[in-house]
Amino acid sequence: MKLTKVTKSFGTKTVLSGLDLTVAKGESLVLVGQSGIGKSVLLKHVIGLLKPDSGTVEIDGEDLWKVSPRDRDRLRRKFGMSFQEGALFDSMSVGENIAFPLTRHTKKTKKEIADRVAECLDMVRLPGIEEKRPSELSGGMRRRVGFARAIALQPEILLFDEPTTGLDPITTDVVVKVIEEMRARLKPSAITITHDLKVAFGIADRVGLLSGGKILVDMTPKEFEESKDPRVAAFVNGDSELAPPETEPERRKAAAPVEAHP
Amino acid sequence: MNAVLEFFGRGSLRVIEGVGRFFVLLGMTMRGVVSPPFSPVATARQVVRVGVDSVPVVLLTAFFTGGVLALQTFKGFQRFHAEGYIGSVVALSMLRELGPVLTGLMVTGRAGSAMAAELGSMRVTEQIDALVSLATDPVQYLFVPRVLASILVVPMLVVLADAVGILGGYLVAVGYLGANPVVYMNNTFQFLSMEDMTSGLIKAAAFGFLLSLVGCQCGYDTQGGAEGVGLSTTKAVVMGSLAILIADFFLTKVLF
Repeated sequence: MKLTKVTKSFGTKTVLSGLDLTVAKGESLVLVGQSGIGKSVLLKHVIGLLKPDSGTVEIDGEDLWKVSPRDRDRLRRKFGMSFQEGALFDSMSVGENIAFPLTRHTKKTKKEIADRVAECLDMVRLPGIEEKRPSELSGGMRRRVGFARAIALQPEILLFDEPTTGLDPITTDVVVKVIEEMRARLKPSAITITHDLKVAFGIADRVGLLSGGKILVDMTPKEFEESKDPRVAAFVNGDSELAPPETEPERRKAAAPVEAHP
Repeated sequence: MNAVLEFFGRGSLRVIEGVGRFFVLLGMTMRGVVSPPFSPVATARQVVRVGVDSVPVVLLTAFFTGGVLALQTFKGFQRFHAEGYIGSVVALSMLRELGPVLTGLMVTGRAGSAMAAELGSMRVTEQIDALVSLATDPVQYLFVPRVLASILVVPMLVVLADAVGILGGYLVAVGYLGANPVVYMNNTFQFLSMEDMTSGLIKAAAFGFLLSLVGCQCGYDTQGGAEGVGLSTTKAVVMGSLAILIADFFLTKVLF
């Protein structure tokens, strides 16, 4: 997966500014950065939820925005994306949520789909909750059901958008362990965005710091932790005096309906 | 002066953008109708939500509209001794105009707003993004069943509304105003033609299409959180109702 010179602006605010990023097969990249700096926007570019103003997004050598919409969907099926609050379809039960991609994109029988749903729920340590509604679940459970839905089609690339934000430390630990187990079993490439350095160091092969629309540093978790770079030190130590100046985030605009799906 | 020009300029741009987007989404919906996967189950579910669930409110509206029409017409026609024609006026008005328009407006208030609220909530909770990430075209998945169901069921609701409206007029005219039931019924159907019925049904299908597409568009384009969903819902009712009333004029002109 490769992003080359990706630029994205919302109105006068430039969120991504000539960003380059490569993730190798099986590699886990964790991106950290201040709130509203454009981490979610970057993740949305990777899967084609947002179209870059300029630059390219390539998946296995195919430019996501130069292929036909049908091929774009074929490329999207290589991804499993977990959203910040789970983004579960609240008109469906947990089982129907996980079965959704299987029903739409495979020719599996009902029995095979039910087995796969149960298998995915086992993998996220939530067996037997197929009949529950998303509204009956806690925040941590919703995210894990989101993981289960994301892995249903056995994707090659997993994207996690703030998988532990707002969770208590115990639930965070469970979520991190589930992510590690999924990685160990499925061996996908993964991009995770988070503020939580403990989570980042727990699941990353590489850690990148996003700032000013670019990935400023890209290093191993150990190098990141020990880095003397003032920008990294500012983030690791939570020191706003050392942090590079940023303009106000425009998260609301970033989440607005997009030209990718007019 | 500049501020005034800017105000009108921005307003015009917003209108043009909204209309352009309506046609883009219309094109995407049409493409979604003819491309697999087809979703008959989702469409049937919408038939229940838009159609069956709207029956009580549409029937109540039609009944009282038919009744008030009979009352008002009686008052006017009495002045030149034409009370016998109340039935014709009620039936013609219901079939050609009031049945389709009032049904369209009531379904816009009930189902068009619900579509905007549902899609708006899906937008702000990233469920629409989740659909795209699962390689599913959100316009095809969300718009097509709602638009098809509305085009199908609004004419059916109009048939019911017409019948109940005529019944309401009959009960008021015969039961309250003392009209002769046989003369009333004769006059009700004597001057009706098949064209009156079909023109009303064509309008109804067009209104079903408009209210559903406007409702879906308002919800799909929601920005912000709960406030955005509220605004989209209001917009769906206002724009849907306006679209119906404007389309009614032009359709009446064409189908006259």
